[in-house]
Amino acid sequence: MLKLNVNGTSHDVDVDPATPLLYVLRNDLKLNGAKFGCGLGQCGACTVMVDGKAVFSCLTPAMLVEGREIKTVEGLGTIDAPGPMQKAFIEQQAAQCGYCIAGMMMRAQALLEAKPDAADADIRQALEPNLCRCGTHMRILRAVARARDLMQGKSADNMAPAAATGRG
Amino acid sequence: MNASNLLPDVTRRGFLAGAGALVVCFAIPAEAQEGEVPSAPGAQTAKPKLPGSLADTPSLDAWIRIDADGSITVFTGKAELGQGTKTSLRQIAAEELEVEPASIRLITADTALTPNEGYTAGSQTIQNSGTAIRYASAQVRQILVAKASEKLGAPVEALKAEAGAILGPNGAKASYGELVSADVLHVDAAADTKLKPPTAYRAIGKPFARVDIPAKVTGGEAYVQDMRPPGMVHARVVRPPSYGAKLTDFADASVKAMPGVIAVVRDGDFLAVIAEQEFQAVRAMRAMAGVAKWQEQPGLPDQYDLPAFLEKSVSEIGTVTSVGADSVPGARTLKAQFTRAYQMHASIGPSSAVAMLDNGLTTVWTHTQGVYPDRKAIAQMLGVPEEKVRCIHTEGSGCYGHNGADDAAADAALIAQKVAGKPVRVQWMRDQEHLWEPYGPAMLTRASATLDQNGNIVSWHYDLWSNSHGTRPGSAGSLIAGRLMARHFPPDPAKLQISPLGNGDRNAIPLYDVPNLRVNWHFIADMPVRVSSLRGLGAYSNVFSIESFMDELALAANADPVEYRLRHLKDPRAKKVIEVAAQKFGWSKDALPEGRGRGFAFAKYKNHAAYLAIALQADVDSDSGTIMVSRVVAAVDCGEAVAPDSIVNQTEGGILQSMSWTLYEAVHFDSTRISSPDWSTYPILRFSTVPDSIEVQVVDNPGTPYLGVAEAAQGPTAGAIANAFRSATGKRIYDLPYTRERVKDALGV
Repeated sequence: MLKLNVNGTSHDVDVDPATPLLYVLRNDLKLNGAKFGCGLGQCGACTVMVDGKAVFSCLTPAMLVEGREIKTVEGLGTIDAPGPMQKAFIEQQAAQCGYCIAGMMMRAQALLEAKPDAADADIRQALEPNLCRCGTHMRILRAVARARDLMQGKSADNMAPAAATGRG
Repeated sequence: MNASNLLPDVTRRGFLAGAGALVVCFAIPAEAQEGEVPSAPGAQTAKPKLPGSLADTPSLDAWIRIDADGSITVFTGKAELGQGTKTSLRQIAAEELEVEPASIRLITADTALTPNEGYTAGSQTIQNSGTAIRYASAQVRQILVAKASEKLGAPVEALKAEAGAILGPNGAKASYGELVSADVLHVDAAADTKLKPPTAYRAIGKPFARVDIPAKVTGGEAYVQDMRPPGMVHARVVRPPSYGAKLTDFADASVKAMPGVIAVVRDGDFLAVIAEQEFQAVRAMRAMAGVAKWQEQPGLPDQYDLPAFLEKSVSEIGTVTSVGADSVPGARTLKAQFTRAYQMHASIGPSSAVAMLDNGLTTVWTHTQGVYPDRKAIAQMLGVPEEKVRCIHTEGSGCYGHNGADDAAADAALIAQKVAGKPVRVQWMRDQEHLWEPYGPAMLTRASATLDQNGNIVSWHYDLWSNSHGTRPGSAGSLIAGRLMARHFPPDPAKLQISPLGNGDRNAIPLYDVPNLRVNWHFIADMPVRVSSLRGLGAYSNVFSIESFMDELALAANADPVEYRLRHLKDPRAKKVIEVAAQKFGWSKDALPEGRGRGFAFAKYKNHAAYLAIALQADVDSDSGTIMVSRVVAAVDCGEAVAPDSIVNQTEGGILQSMSWTLYEAVHFDSTRISSPDWSTYPILRFSTVPDSIEVQVVDNPGTPYLGVAEAAQGPTAGAIANAFRSATGKRIYDLPYTRERVKDALGV
């Protein structure tokens, strides 16, 4: 039995301790955010935060993160009360298929928690490990910059948020 | 198990909870195929062709349902692949039905519920399904107005539709729900239905946030990979090490004893394992790969000499077009040869599917682009009638064409037969997607043009060598599982087909005004490397070749490339996008710093879809051989723009994806095995080489037909990069991709 602290809640999970964190998050804790992309640490779709740092959950055995603070995209807010990173991605419509996006957001979150005033060039550099195949890069960069500004309390006056139409 | 437990999105919100009411009275022709128009039963005289997919599925209630409570459901046979069509199709229906887009429930591709619209491919969702929904919605509104006229005793001219009701004089009002009766919409579409004028639009062309994004950024259930129906078990497949390898020995006793293993599946050369937990399935899969012994066969071409392979493998030559004289005199003739490597779809999420056999019905949740064709192939593979298989589209990672989706669906369906009553989730591993997806075919093209004294093109010959770009299901032999299983279904034979839609020959005919024109497809039936449809099909290679060649002709004519294109075009919409892109980019003849170039390209996708022109700036570092594209401007005309931001998003995406193909991508292999199993052996674009800016201008034409747009950027982007490299260095690279080695070779570094 492992004790994992995910998004501020402690969970006892009955898994083989060598199981990659990704599978524990997705299957045992039923969290959809972290995605299976490569299982090799090459694409970043599985990125989550552990003690504030971005890690590849597909490569991280669950036993290594016992007692540490794990954060997934579900920990950034909810569909009804999205956090600044989520708001920024919605505002910028920064997704096509969206499969890579939660991993992008977690890597960006780790950057902005460590460096709240990250420059645009810092954002670009930080996202280098994460792949997007739809070619949404320009919007992802804009959304992260926007999240930085939202987190610093800057207003939204020059944005044109589109009317929401529902949830799918 | 009630299927509604498994359905994501709208259905989760209670749509099917009221039980089977929907599965009645849909007039969906069983044999309807994309692009074919079945004649109406009993029709003696030719009827006018109905707009869009109404031609195949004319009954209004196949597209729109209104319940007694006034709720509206719209059905599309097309699938959301990340293009935003779950939003834009709602906008189209809402426009004509005079309701808010958010109030509409939309059901996408499902063999039990929606029309058969073939594949979600070829940039045709808005063009075909959107057009059908538009006309159907307008006609439904008119039917409701007529019903209200009877009920309220007011002339139709005094009535108007608003917010789900028909309003009349003096506060008279009848809601849609009050006006519908059981079969009021069970009528065929009319060809002459009048649409709303653009001046009255409230939804089309207006900014609506995509309906799917909030769930995707908050961890909602958004993909087939996220499904967790009760009792679900996890499966993994074990693939042969190479195409055509035969299983010679498989001592699976040790695997069966592993923790959590429910069953080991062997059917001929098809291997899979089912386990309670996902990581148990992964471990068992690895153990199985260790005990499986295979006999392999060489047979792949020399990846370093693809032109030789393509030239010697021709089975048939097809005439794509032949206009004017074969040979005409001129001042000067230029020739060039271009090639393109095999390239991958390379989805970020490997293919996945969930399937369950229950009471003789196999239900498959799949990110296939074609639920109906996939169902047919899977039914054949399982040896059951088609109605014993239901395919439900459920979103996956972006596919960009025929990737592993259909194969994963077949894997899940086959494995599910072993554990009846249990939902089986199959998740491919990264190497399985990279090694087994059907690639975009390698191509060879040759262009030759004769110019007159003024530098104008008087003759153009173009030849292309290519496999078919379409090996989608198809029969059971189009599925990996179908080929591997003991019955060994053979692959469908490839056939040369030349049609307006295009295949390897897509965009092989230049849109430029050329009086004497010959275009031929040297067709290669043999497919030693598995290939199929990759976004744009032959258009990527053909437009790269044509646009590279046009710049060489412009240089020979001592003309500016933009002016040279304009002088060879008559179509005003083509000219317009070229002018807009050139003007927004600031196209000029001004000298640029050393190593910097500007490039331009244009195409009208398929010669009948969206117009796209692109200008870009690139810097070439001769020491490292790297090309950095720094600024891009594109102008696109796709007719009436339904969802302008999604058009921009798709076009930005197309530009970046094509940039990645063009600069980095080639599948590697030796004589037996593919050797690009992951992202290190098949690198793609990363953030460090993304341009500083991409600006997409949408040239809107309200009230004109929708022109497919999602693939329009693939070819022109490659052409513009090629031309920018030429402009920067004075050298041209004729072979895709533009790797560092090729750049250095071209520059003699």
